[in-house]
Amino acid sequence: MAKAELMDYEKALEQFEVVIGLEVHVELNTNTKMFCGCANSFGDEPNTNVCPICIGLPGSLPAVNKRAVESSISIGLALGCSIAPTGRFSRKQYFYPDLAKNFQTSQYDEPIAFEGSIDIEVPSGNSYTVDIERAHMEEDAGKLTHVGGSTGRIHGAEYSLVDYNRAGVPLVEIVTKPIIGAGSEAPELAAAYVRSIREIVKALNVSDARMERGNVRCDANVSLRPHGQAKLGTRTETKNVNSLRSIERAVRFEIQRQAAILAKGGTITQETRHWHEDKGATSAGRPKSDADDYRYFPEPDLVPVQPSQELIEALRAALPEKPAERRKRLQAEWAFQDLEFRDVVNAGLLDQIEETVAAGAKPQAARKWWTGELARLANADEKDISELAITPADVAELAGLIDAGKINDRLAREVVTYVLAGEGSPAAVVAARGLEVVSDDGALIAAIDAALASQPDVLDAIREGRMQAAGAVIGAVMKAMQGSADAARVRELLIAKANWQ
Amino acid sequence: MTNLTRKNASELVAMLQSGEVTSVALTQAFLDRIAKYNPVVNSYLHVSAESALATAAEVDAKRAAGEKLPALAGLPIAVKDNLTTTDAPTTSGSKILEGWVPQYDSTVVAKLRAEMMPILGKTNLDEFAMGSSTEYSAYGPSRNPWDLDRIPGGSGGGSSSAVAAFLAPIAIGSDTGGSIRFPASVTGTVGIKPTYGAVSRYGLIALASSLDQVGPVSRNVLDSALLQDVIAGHDAHDSTSLPEGLGSMTEAAKRSDVKGLRVGVIKQLSGAGFQAGVQKRFDESIAALKAAGAEIVEVDCPSFEYAIAAYYLILPAEASSNLAKFDSVRFGMRVTPDGNPTIERVMAATREAGFGPEVKRRIILGTYALSSGAYDNFYGAAQKVRTLIQRDFAKAFEVADVLVSPTAPTTAFKFGEKNDDPLAMYLNDIATIPANLAGIPGISLPIGLAEEDNLPVGIQFLAPAREDARLYHVGAVLEGILEAQWGKTMMDDAPDLDSLVGAFAASEGK
Repeated sequence: MAKAELMDYEKALEQFEVVIGLEVHVELNTNTKMFCGCANSFGDEPNTNVCPICIGLPGSLPAVNKRAVESSISIGLALGCSIAPTGRFSRKQYFYPDLAKNFQTSQYDEPIAFEGSIDIEVPSGNSYTVDIERAHMEEDAGKLTHVGGSTGRIHGAEYSLVDYNRAGVPLVEIVTKPIIGAGSEAPELAAAYVRSIREIVKALNVSDARMERGNVRCDANVSLRPHGQAKLGTRTETKNVNSLRSIERAVRFEIQRQAAILAKGGTITQETRHWHEDKGATSAGRPKSDADDYRYFPEPDLVPVQPSQELIEALRAALPEKPAERRKRLQAEWAFQDLEFRDVVNAGLLDQIEETVAAGAKPQAARKWWTGELARLANADEKDISELAITPADVAELAGLIDAGKINDRLAREVVTYVLAGEGSPAAVVAARGLEVVSDDGALIAAIDAALASQPDVLDAIREGRMQAAGAVIGAVMKAMQGSADAARVRELLIAKANWQ
Repeated sequence: MTNLTRKNASELVAMLQSGEVTSVALTQAFLDRIAKYNPVVNSYLHVSAESALATAAEVDAKRAAGEKLPALAGLPIAVKDNLTTTDAPTTSGSKILEGWVPQYDSTVVAKLRAEMMPILGKTNLDEFAMGSSTEYSAYGPSRNPWDLDRIPGGSGGGSSSAVAAFLAPIAIGSDTGGSIRFPASVTGTVGIKPTYGAVSRYGLIALASSLDQVGPVSRNVLDSALLQDVIAGHDAHDSTSLPEGLGSMTEAAKRSDVKGLRVGVIKQLSGAGFQAGVQKRFDESIAALKAAGAEIVEVDCPSFEYAIAAYYLILPAEASSNLAKFDSVRFGMRVTPDGNPTIERVMAATREAGFGPEVKRRIILGTYALSSGAYDNFYGAAQKVRTLIQRDFAKAFEVADVLVSPTAPTTAFKFGEKNDDPLAMYLNDIATIPANLAGIPGISLPIGLAEEDNLPVGIQFLAPAREDARLYHVGAVLEGILEAQWGKTMMDDAPDLDSLVGAFAASEGK
């Protein structure tokens, strides 16, 4: 991959206006697939959740999943969309081995939801309205694994394996209109938008919304045009960017890359691009033109979806509170300062903290762990915090262990590393590794006696009220106990010893 | 028992129920006849002797034990080879599916099994039901029992020849543009295309999804009615299947008068282009209906002129898409070119080797008709014609209860006669196609032999959607009138297969 030339970000924004467009695929968490009765389940043994319909055997026919339709309507309503009273599916046709029928059954010219909008706040506190063009239903493809070759892509592979468990999993694709006017905040807006979509589908309980599992996937379109030009520039579409952090970085990268090309009088190739997390760069995928011919035509095996007005209104009535209202409520409930709360929002940690509090932690403790140590660890690993292998329940358990005096902060941080390494819940790690704070006074007294042996004057000093002298003994005890001592208890025992003698 | 195989399905059902014959004996009688004549007639691509006899034995045992059985239990049946069966290969007449045994039963086959009907085997068809003669079957053509040098119609020539040659009492067909009715017409048998959605398409290997419909093939109208009552009904697996039932076809087939029934003769489907002997028998039938008290009117369907053109865009378009799944990845034939081929080359080589010329012709045509530059002028325009044809029907049904025409312009033609000219072949379906484009039901039944060639002629009745019962009603009445006139049934005139096979073998030997 040739290293792309990049223009300084600030300079790029001086010369060009940024236009982005986002396509987010949300995998629904229905029990069964979009058009058949197979389990919609992640991580099962390959090709076990398959049937004649989702592997496209001759003669099989699709039947629409009612729950998926309802979920799609809910998403549309939450995005302020109108719901189509009738909508056909179409066939999008292309040959690819992960596509069992060699066409994807998808809504084309009649999406179930259209013309909505959503307000998105970025870290600076600025807010933008993102217009939604449409949200439509479709089916996922199977999963290809390319074996051999260096790139992990189909070209150069020795052979490829197909897992059709994912084939036919219901998807909702949410497409924005071109987003213009975010300027230098376009990358942050892209990430904040996807975060909002995640929050919405989670709150609706229509998707597991785990980006690391591909439940929410984003294709980011970026184009530049000289300030004042009416015509949109040529866009690129960076596919399947699978973390919020990557979305922000990928958009920023494309802005800098395209600016460098355009500034030199070059042209942008309309193409898909791949995001490389390790290199922090995109690379060219396949050329894409508006004339890509998928030979769409109405799916003759399905009748149009015609949701009743009663159903739509029932789903509207069941919508959860809007994200902005929810934020207001949570800040009040948790009694966070404005700055504390904004940090939480910007870090995308509302859900984690809410769930951690729900699991029994104090709000401030939950905040401290998520925005502090856990954010630091995620950052160090260049991961999204949602990808860390620790659950809100784990964090609440951790805070509970500290409150109960079982472990101290330093030990707690150590426990976290073991939890992340997959050794089990915090309590299990503490038990298995014997990390509990030593509260056996006998062991502590022995250690204090050992420390006093080399510092015999300390007891006198304490009796005379010179408490700072205690520090040296406490320090020596903590060192001897390799940190697994409760410093406060050591101090108590030391004072007791001085007064008693 | 020598004439057992010549009896109608309804007679055989009565004999089974009374215990006059066992299902095993009956099934064996057909299997014996298949063993003798199928090598020449080639109705069956696969004979399921073992499983047919097992079903028959089960029926006999249950009947002996006094258990309650479904109405048609024990009656053997033949099934067109484009319906999936878990116990027999399903090829759809194509090399690309040679030897493929499906993992699931089509809904229609599941219903036949629930009815406990022994399935004798799978019948021949033009590859993926694309054709009017079975000449496009990858497994050789079936032969017309009235003249072994002639086509048995298509695509369902396997089912029509099986029923006409007494190799089955009754059969299942599928009709996309006439594939049940045209074969019925040229073999002197009865065939019905029910209303679109009346019978589930689940497990029917799709040709054109919006046109395909499964239906019965038999030697008289009542037999088909019995079968439609078994196979019809809503199926959750087929979203396009009708939610409501259409009533009893068997009851409709037992009605005996047509007084006051308004019969609309379609102006565009007679006269020029129709063989004289066909037209003559047709005119006699209309006269017979009139004499029986039916009111004969003429109806004008001007858009029918464009029906074939529209059909040959919509069908290939849908077929090109439906056949995309035949890519060697999950089932069926796989051809791996030499060297280190990519998946694209494996797919291409498989499709090149696995599909026959007519299938390729239609895939190419359909792919083009759906391409972005051509869509509006071809597929889009064809859909508009479809709407116009539906309007023609709606208007015609304002003045007529049923419409009528000859089923086909000619009697059975000879093998090879139309092979060089696909368009001439397509014209066989001129009278049958409009029903598929409009989703309405149609029946073909025999009305005698054409004088010039002594071959069967068929008449077609059409009814509004969901009014299949009208077809069984008028069909059964006309059949009764004609049989009374002749003093015999149509099939009583069928030539003796033994002498035909002997002559055929002699001519082949030359």
